[in-house]
Amino acid sequence: MMVVVVDILSWASFIVGGFFLFVGSLGMVRLVDFWARLHAASIIDSAGVGLILLGMMLQGGLSLVTAKLALIVLFLFITGPTASHAVANAAFMSGSRPHDMVEDVTAETPPKKTPSKSKKTKTASAAKAPKAATAAKSSKTTRKKS
Amino acid sequence: MDHHLILRVITKILVAPILLYGLYVQFHGDFGPGGGFQAGVIFAVGFILYGIVFGLRRLRQIFPDYVVHRLVALGVLIYAGTGIVNMALGGNFLDYNVLAEKGYQGQHWGIIAVELGVGVTVFGVMMAIFYSFAGRPPSLDDKEW
Repeated sequence: MMVVVVDILSWASFIVGGFFLFVGSLGMVRLVDFWARLHAASIIDSAGVGLILLGMMLQGGLSLVTAKLALIVLFLFITGPTASHAVANAAFMSGSRPHDMVEDVTAETPPKKTPSKSKKTKTASAAKAPKAATAAKSSKTTRKKS
Repeated sequence: MDHHLILRVITKILVAPILLYGLYVQFHGDFGPGGGFQAGVIFAVGFILYGIVFGLRRLRQIFPDYVVHRLVALGVLIYAGTGIVNMALGGNFLDYNVLAEKGYQGQHWGIIAVELGVGVTVFGVMMAIFYSFAGRPPSLDDKEW
């Protein structure tokens, strides 16, 4: 009886996880712009893989395999969102915005429109500037040497 | 690098488990899946992750170039030295049976020593490759993206 219940639960999580995998990969192909596609990809990372690993843990029972799978789940839940964040951060810093965004309310970071900046970024950029200047100098000197 | 706060925090969390897992793969290599090659790469990945996020300069403070280059040679020295020791004890080259009184114990010790040599060399080569790629002057500044 217990075996049947565990089997049903694990198969349910396999099927739901596979559904999320399918939805995520379909979204990565079909959605409109980079940000929506990144959202679909992170669904695969968390919901799809998480549910499939949960199904495997139910099949494994109380054993060393389950402990290893739990560790995999833990590290995937740490690294997956971090990787998505790194990709999104790089795209945001390079000036990519959602395609139907009317007004740019996130004007802190992009360096292109200078007058609408807040105080914080001004000080940050002022603090950054001498470092950049020294870096440029050092790179010039190395180029001269080479 | 001000906008990489999350990456820095996650890297600080992850570097220690990666190194621990590298050691596990290294010393588990004679019982199950694993061994020197994989352990060297995993161990190097921990440091390479640190170098990518915190900068090559701070990584070079931990492992200067000459240390990395000598690690590459040291691993080969451990590998070949194990074989020479076997020859000195009366066996063939890499004939582990002479290392201990019982043959299988000698094979155990010999394989651990050889895998350690392989791991050290692979670690050094991965770090050297990363240094030579990441040490080039950047073509784009962080702001110009």
